[in-house]
Amino acid sequence: MAGIGTAALRLDGPAKVTGGAHYGSDAPFGKPLYGVLVTSGIARGRITAIDEQDARAEPGVVDIFTYRNIGKIVPGNIMDGDGYMGTSIAPLASAAIKHDGQIVALVVADTFEAASAAAYRLKIDYAEEVPAATFDSPGTETVAGVVASKKHKDPAVGDAEGAFAGAPVKIDAHYATATQHHNPIELFTTACSWSGGKLTVWESSQNMWGAKTGLALQLGISPDDIHFVSPFVGGAFGSRGSLTQRTAIVALAAKKLARPVKLATARDQGFTIATYRAETRHHLKLGATRDGKLVSVSHEGFEVTSRPDNYMVSGTDASTRLYGCPNVASKVSIVHADRNTPGFMRSPAETPYIFALECAMDELAYALNMDPVELRKVNDTQNEPIKGLPYSSRSLVPCFDAAAKAFGWSKRSMQPGSMREGEWLVGWGTATTMYPSNISASTARVTLFPNGTAKVQTATHEIGQGIYTVCALIAAGKLGVDPANVIVELGDSNLPPAPVSGGSNSTASVSNAVSKACDEILAKRAQGANGAIEAYAENIPKGDPPDAIRKLYKGQPSFTGGTESKDSIRFAFGAQFVEVRVHRLTREIRVSRTTGAFAAGTIVNPTTARSQLMGGMIWGISAALHEATEIDPRNARYTNKDLADYLIPVNADIGDIEVIMIPEEDSIVNPLGIKGIGELGNVGMNAAVANAVFHATGVRIRQIPIRLESLLVA
Amino acid sequence: MRGFEYVRAADPADAIHAARQTSSAPPTLAPTQFLAGGTTLLDLMKLDIMRPTRVVDISGFRNRTDGIAFDRQGLHLGAFVTMAEAADHPDIRRDYPIIAQSLDLAASAQIRNMATLGGNVLQRTRCSYFRDTSWQACNKRSPGSGCAALRGLNRKHAVLGTSENCIATYPGDFAQALVALGADIEIAGPSGARRVKFEDLHVAPDAHPEIETILNPDELITGFAVPAGPWTRRSLYLKVRDRESYEFALASAAVALDLHDGVVNEARIALGGVATKPWRAREAEAALKGRALSEANARQAAEAAFATTKTHGHNDYKPELGRRTLVRALMQAATVEA
Repeated sequence: MAGIGTAALRLDGPAKVTGGAHYGSDAPFGKPLYGVLVTSGIARGRITAIDEQDARAEPGVVDIFTYRNIGKIVPGNIMDGDGYMGTSIAPLASAAIKHDGQIVALVVADTFEAASAAAYRLKIDYAEEVPAATFDSPGTETVAGVVASKKHKDPAVGDAEGAFAGAPVKIDAHYATATQHHNPIELFTTACSWSGGKLTVWESSQNMWGAKTGLALQLGISPDDIHFVSPFVGGAFGSRGSLTQRTAIVALAAKKLARPVKLATARDQGFTIATYRAETRHHLKLGATRDGKLVSVSHEGFEVTSRPDNYMVSGTDASTRLYGCPNVASKVSIVHADRNTPGFMRSPAETPYIFALECAMDELAYALNMDPVELRKVNDTQNEPIKGLPYSSRSLVPCFDAAAKAFGWSKRSMQPGSMREGEWLVGWGTATTMYPSNISASTARVTLFPNGTAKVQTATHEIGQGIYTVCALIAAGKLGVDPANVIVELGDSNLPPAPVSGGSNSTASVSNAVSKACDEILAKRAQGANGAIEAYAENIPKGDPPDAIRKLYKGQPSFTGGTESKDSIRFAFGAQFVEVRVHRLTREIRVSRTTGAFAAGTIVNPTTARSQLMGGMIWGISAALHEATEIDPRNARYTNKDLADYLIPVNADIGDIEVIMIPEEDSIVNPLGIKGIGELGNVGMNAAVANAVFHATGVRIRQIPIRLESLLVA
Repeated sequence: MRGFEYVRAADPADAIHAARQTSSAPPTLAPTQFLAGGTTLLDLMKLDIMRPTRVVDISGFRNRTDGIAFDRQGLHLGAFVTMAEAADHPDIRRDYPIIAQSLDLAASAQIRNMATLGGNVLQRTRCSYFRDTSWQACNKRSPGSGCAALRGLNRKHAVLGTSENCIATYPGDFAQALVALGADIEIAGPSGARRVKFEDLHVAPDAHPEIETILNPDELITGFAVPAGPWTRRSLYLKVRDRESYEFALASAAVALDLHDGVVNEARIALGGVATKPWRAREAEAALKGRALSEANARQAAEAAFATTKTHGHNDYKPELGRRTLVRALMQAATVEA
């Protein structure tokens, strides 16, 4: 009988490859108008003049919306601070410009072509002020994390400084990661239609109930009057978890014009109207005994954010707890610059911070002349060092054993530059990956029909992870029906709420709610119910606050997991191995093969789990060698806002990828024992690639992406 | 993009007639533009960088003009042959591998199916400041406005053939193969046909970065004549970049060798990704002539090729990368069967 653990193909696969899956801009609105955004060419200053005459002369133009006529939009708070927005910078609130590419106008026309042409004909003059672009730019403001946010803590235990001073082997190094943008293939589109005071919004989202609640607050209407629809999402990676400021603008334009309005933003606009992963800097100090035991770990991080918002990823939460060590210190600071507010991007906290830690661990292995895998094993622990809490489960060593064996790690020679194939230097690197196992309160409605079919309804989001199929498998297993006979409805805010599909929580949160509803159906059937049996269930995970369901109906998740629990610490782990080749002369870096072993509790669908982990590993290669948004420090503007210059790997860049799933049982994280895997695959890869580049060349590069010019030495 | 008048030309003469210009603007800024594969023009029109008021569609010539032909003098390529057609031609792959490789390593399969050879050599730079009209300063886009790249992010910019007014890199690949092989280009215009050295087609930016070629706005490229030589078979195109495919060169080298017992009779060398125009490296060719093709000699030739560069910060690495690219290309070419 199919159920949890069945390797199942995506039930929505045929629709996706035949055009049957509908995305945001596929909104079935009759006779819509088309909107095109105009964005600012400066990062700081104000609009001094808007000349609409030429633009309005373009045939087909219906209206132009700017700060002068859009009407009232409440900016809202960012999601990281209990709001729903990606940024609190309201672009059309005034003439003020606060970041590059800020929305300054929405041109609406009968056709997309007319709106596009008119957008170029709109003349906007600015008074420009000198902006602060990034780290080291004059005019930035650095604020300690503990000052900026009540939620942030700087984990610490013992005397890290003293232990470092006395340690026989030390690493003291600085690392940096680049600005990155999600660049989902589906552009940021919004379609709005009003009918009888009620608003329907088609917009790809990771957070239906949050989006409708947030938009209601912005527009000053009831959330009950907003219907958000997003049956499929063409890539999200965190970019659609919070609400962008564009949605309210389109909604007000549609209202004023009494016609549906569809907006499709251009690729370059996606770099400035949505969130991004900010650049980070790290100072790592590791002290160890000569046999490799860590005696001191110190991690200081710096993250860029916007002027008004205290967005912060605080990855020291994870990095200070990865290895056993009696003396730990950490500090996170944010650096305010004239930028849009950054936001969630696949493993927001762990990716940059674990990169720094895992590179430093590789450096320590070389300082000790100890195998990098052995160093991780020596420092493995079943209790996190800060409070001494037990890991609910931690299978890091079995992951290293399995991945090392599959990769052939025992054939590695430790000496950098010692492995070669023809003209290519070969390097093997490794790193640990970890990601918190989150779960939130969630709800679901399940119906079992007499003909042996079933229906699952929950407002979760298909962001490519395969949640349609997961819901069907859970219900099929519980109710004893064929997964192909389970209809799954999601991506619609009229359905019972599910939390934001972020933090790798959805499979755990939604599966447990669906499972609970199925249990109620079985109980009703046992009590003699017949005909169609329906059950609505609210699952409140152990440790969630009592008002978790009320919050969920306001579009706010209540995450428990990671370091949030009082009795245990909950993470999934993995070991990642990478082989790179670097040409001896021209120094191109190519990844020829990778192996990852992961232990993440119950795997609901091994087929889609493998895809997710593989996708994460590819993402990690991309971050390590390709992705970087370039910012011109003179005026805080991005310069590579297209997919020709913002590099992601092509197929030819990705060699063999081996994904190994290590069985693991964890009855603490949730009743079904599910740990999220959506963000586990990429976290360790950045360091594993960088460590492999060092092994190939003997050159230690401490910032990503690693470009060939940094290897053009001797 | 903005609205424009669309004209479909019946043949080259009709196209040239339709393109007769009323302004004195250089071809890059001319109000009338030819549309062949559209892979550059439409892209730049969508970005509002090129704003022709009239577009003359010449894509229909494809089946009515010259294709790919060989004779004792060499190879003739019609301007309307697509990149894919030329790259996939078995005789070109065998006898002129440098040409096939320069095309294969460019763009994507989809673009190679659309783009014509005539349009390919006129592809415009990928300089970020050129391709975004919200940057005020770009002498190429807006003559006299300055150059944002000189003190901007210029990792991918040129180190050869630059001026104080422009350091934008010539982005193409195929042109380097033509330069190395000493091809001619055939041009049709209102006063008849002319034939010039392909090497003379492109001009360095100097005081006028908006002038990229010697073409007049109403002139049309009709074909390429590539002379056969003892070096054409032992030739290759090496392209170095951040990712394996679908990216412009950080540095590239087009190399063709006439070798006798390991000694260079003649070397033909052109460099890409490092220069403002397709760059013939004559100093490197001279340095190799009559010498054994050792890595040390190749390095000396590469030093000669990059003897006079100008860098601007982020592209300080390019001369060294260019040298290494040339060394690697030469050593690799030596192993090719003639």
